[in-house]
Amino acid sequence: MLSSLRTMWHIFKHLFQKAETVQYPEQMPYLAPRYRGRIVLTRDPDGEERCVACNLCAAACPVDCIALQKDTRDDGTWYPEFFRINFSRCIMCGMCEEACPTYAIQLTPDFEMCEYDRQNMVYEKEHLLIDGVGKYPDYNFYRVSGLQTATKDKGEAINEELPIDTKSLMP
Amino acid sequence: MPTIIVDGKSYEVGSGKNLLEACLDAGLDLPYFCWHPSMGSIGSCRQCALVQYRDNDDQHGRIIMGCMTPATDGARVSLKVEKAKEFREAVVESLMLNHPHDCPVCSEGGECHLQDMTVMVGHRDRRYKGKKNTHRNQYLGPLINHEMNRCITCYRCERFYRDYAGGKDLSAQASRDRIYFGRHQDGILESEFSGNLVEVCPTGVFTDKPFLADYSRKWDLQSSPSICSGCGVGCNISPGERYGRLKRIHNRYNHEINGYFICDRGRFGAGYVNGDKRTNYVGIKEPNGAFKAIKKNEISRHIIQWLGNGNIVGIGSPRASVESNYLLQKLVGPSKFSLGVSQTEHNILKRQVSILQTTRASNPSVREIEMADAILVLGEDLTNTAARIALAIRQATKNKAIAMATKMGIEEWHDSAVRNLAQKELSPLFITTTAATKLDDVAMKTITLSPDEIANFGLELARQLADGNSQDPQIIEIATYLTTAERPLIVSGPSLLNANIVESAAAVADALAMSNQNTQLSFTFPESNSTGSILLGEPQNLMLSDIIENIDEIDVLVVLENDLSRRLSAFEMTQLNASQTKIISIDVLENKTLEISDMVLPAASFAETQGTLVNNEGRAQRFYSVFSPLHDRLPSWQWVIDIAAVIENEELSAIASFDEVIDLCAQNNNFQALSSVAPDKNFRDHGLKIPRQTHRNSGRTAITANTSVHEPQQSPDEETPLTYSMEGLNRDQPSALTPFVWSPGWNSNQSLQKFQAETDGPLKGGPSGIKLIKSSGCGVSLDYDRTPSVSLKNNYWRLVPIYSLHGSEELSLHTKEISELAGLPFIMLSGRDADNMKVSDGDGVIVSGDDLRISISVRVSARMAKGCAGYSAGYNEIGHLTADTYVQINRDDEWQPLKPVVIATDRIASFKSEDNQYV
Ligand code: SF4
Ligand code: SF4
Ligand code: SF4
Ligand code: SF4
Ligand code: FES
Repeated sequence: MLSSLRTMWHIFKHLFQKAETVQYPEQMPYLAPRYRGRIVLTRDPDGEERCVACNLCAAACPVDCIALQKDTRDDGTWYPEFFRINFSRCIMCGMCEEACPTYAIQLTPDFEMCEYDRQNMVYEKEHLLIDGVGKYPDYNFYRVSGLQTATKDKGEAINEELPIDTKSLMP
Repeated sequence: MPTIIVDGKSYEVGSGKNLLEACLDAGLDLPYFCWHPSMGSIGSCRQCALVQYRDNDDQHGRIIMGCMTPATDGARVSLKVEKAKEFREAVVESLMLNHPHDCPVCSEGGECHLQDMTVMVGHRDRRYKGKKNTHRNQYLGPLINHEMNRCITCYRCERFYRDYAGGKDLSAQASRDRIYFGRHQDGILESEFSGNLVEVCPTGVFTDKPFLADYSRKWDLQSSPSICSGCGVGCNISPGERYGRLKRIHNRYNHEINGYFICDRGRFGAGYVNGDKRTNYVGIKEPNGAFKAIKKNEISRHIIQWLGNGNIVGIGSPRASVESNYLLQKLVGPSKFSLGVSQTEHNILKRQVSILQTTRASNPSVREIEMADAILVLGEDLTNTAARIALAIRQATKNKAIAMATKMGIEEWHDSAVRNLAQKELSPLFITTTAATKLDDVAMKTITLSPDEIANFGLELARQLADGNSQDPQIIEIATYLTTAERPLIVSGPSLLNANIVESAAAVADALAMSNQNTQLSFTFPESNSTGSILLGEPQNLMLSDIIENIDEIDVLVVLENDLSRRLSAFEMTQLNASQTKIISIDVLENKTLEISDMVLPAASFAETQGTLVNNEGRAQRFYSVFSPLHDRLPSWQWVIDIAAVIENEELSAIASFDEVIDLCAQNNNFQALSSVAPDKNFRDHGLKIPRQTHRNSGRTAITANTSVHEPQQSPDEETPLTYSMEGLNRDQPSALTPFVWSPGWNSNQSLQKFQAETDGPLKGGPSGIKLIKSSGCGVSLDYDRTPSVSLKNNYWRLVPIYSLHGSEELSLHTKEISELAGLPFIMLSGRDADNMKVSDGDGVIVSGDDLRISISVRVSARMAKGCAGYSAGYNEIGHLTADTYVQINRDDEWQPLKPVVIATDRIASFKSEDNQYV
């Protein structure tokens, strides 16, 4: 009895509060950059595809809506031959972004993804890949990794010594 | 059995173990790197630290290395005490100082023992802020990728490659933190077992290069319990698939056969499954000679047209499963069926089986071969004809060292101590072959003889063992070693195509077994189901030559997974082609037989169907499909059933499932046990089918979304207890049904220990496979053909087959990497002959016989029997060179290192020996 009255009182109070409802779509709400909406694949500061096709996002995805295949560039660096997200399954949980070791995959504040045909919710790499760095302007995985690339010899990564000379007899 | 106390709890452990093994056997998670169940301990990584207490009162204890401390009765240790944990975490932290930031682009990731151990010890944050060491990588050939930065200097690679597998060209180099594991310079790894580095190395230094090129994480691979089809040993493998492509092959532990290791043919030789030579659609030959793809259901229309008098003949194959062969034999009838091998090979293999059924000696598994303490090899280059057996023999030569160590109270697992003690002492191994072999370095004696001489040598030895009358000091010496041994082993096989060699091996083994019942006799069999096809053969079977002779009476010839051009002469192939007979070929790859066929039925490869193979020991083992067949491919047994339906064979066309095929095969006396080789399709594990996928298989709702956003049902598997999905449990099932190994916290292949009853021991799921050959033990009655050997004129050579792990096997040769390693077909000469001809490795010679002239490249062998020249057996382009023909060989001055050029092949009849022109 008492609890019912209490509930009624609380609801009554709302009559005098400011309305939260906005006139979407004429009036757009503010969504923080970390809002979890449509997923993009970003590029590193040098403009190269960031994704190294490590498959961690796919493994982290609770609805299994990411599929990709690793391929290798001539210099030995990894990249996805194809990268597919089935947004009709995606629950925008952001697990992929959290799993990604290269900041390649990022969720954006764009939530407006409606299609009459579900098939159009399937995004391939060309739909996902954007030209910018997204939320993380500086990171370039290959500058940190030990893998040799076309533009970075062994020993030229961040915090690396020059390659060891195994023939050296110095103590 | 000793009892040890770990953290206050008692565990009974096996005797002769160290504490690390004991803890793992007890189901405890103790991290380690350098110890390997099959290679023992050296204590180099310091990861397996425990605290050991003197007695109940000892409160402090001391840190010890689990792998270096025997698990003695009453030993008290702690895994959990803070001191031990801190130590283990510190070890990982120090290993991580130089470890690169590579996991996302490392193909070890997801099955990395270093990742597992790092998580297990709880190391998380890198405190070291200094710079990391880096190394240059090496090119190690098409099979192995090298990324030296990732090394944690556990020494496992060097210990496997050199100490275990006898390789010479990979070692630890330089000192202190400059240490490097690689070759002295870039180059192709020479060992036939180099692929095991992928599994032995706990990190991503050595990885599978073809897999890297089409990579998927372990958690994304769909795997199945399978059997290698590379040779007759029947190693167990775990192939992994994704996106309809066979991605890689891993070793699948079988306690009796391959244990932890397989050869490179087995690991890397299956790339042909994805190759562009695969048959995909039913093809029918048009009048212009080209093939047209037709629908599956159209085959009946054509076959009915061809039936004529209804004379259908079938040719089986030693590389097709028992089931496919059996059904084809059933379809056409035994008197119209050929096992599909040459008469010589057929006779020898049949004799090998009958010897194994009567010999007094026992017929060992690979593991039993490893236990031999004196070995005689007669006429086999095992490294190239039965590689896994060669590896086992190499281990057997170390039994002397183990015996010496045991005498001094040193445990077998104390690897470096055992090695130091033994120095160069090896158990006696005697090798009699026509050319050098890769086991020569551990042989006490190598004897270089021609095939006939090998047989005579064996016979002489058998006589010496029986009556002791020999005058030959060499024979006497070998006889003495064999008679004083506890477990002598004789190994022989068909590779020199000489029946007498096999007879003499049986004679030696039988003579030894009279006084020593531990005597073992092992034969190699060339192909994955050679033994099985002999066992299912019937006395009425045709020979291939019978078929060619009567080819015009045959309306339809059904060829099952057999490239006849490898068995018939070029002339016989032409006869086959010219005949009116309609040829239906069921095969996996395009080959010369398909070219002359009228209908091609695309067969599922070993990775797309199930079946039974019988290995050299007579062990029947079941393999299962990794993925369902693509395109219009069907299992070849299914094609036979489809043909049966066309010709209205009611018994066969009524077959509705694979299990019914097995039941039918069990009508054959030799195959009564076939249905117990593995559980039938109704088997359920904890009420569920067994998943081929890991529980973390990703992308299910996206993989096919490009074609349709509506996810298809997982392809059903009605035929087996396995399923193409992640549902179900991969534990507690029989070993024959274990597709891959994984256990919580153990993502790498080291999780195997969770599936074993004890480390390096049998699997919890029991042994897999059933031995179909049992010996009556009544002894072999010899059938020795005493044709005097011919002595050759100067300038004539007798051709003997030389086998190559990469190149001699039909299907694997169609794998890109393997054909690269196989190189050009060759003629092998002794150093002296080569010098006389002024040729060396890579030069060219012209080989001329009475019906051929070939220009071909040369390889020089360290030893080669007098009067003999080897030819690369099984290489595609030179079907014209055959064993036991006599040829002249001359330097080719215009040699260009291209393909061998067949200058002329007017082969009219087989070699005519009666005209005596060579003698
Ligand atoms: S986790 Fe990141 S780098 Fe790895 S595959 Fe996904 S998007 Fe690419
Ligand atoms: S070896 Fe293991 S820990 Fe090292 S980079 Fe590769 S996956 Fe990562
Ligand atoms: S290369 Fe691998 S196996 Fe060899 S020492 Fe380094 S980590 Fe160990
Ligand atoms: S030894 Fe034979 S069966 Fe074993 S892996 Fe090698 S080829 Fe395959
Ligand atoms: S495993 Fe014991 S020291 Fe390496």
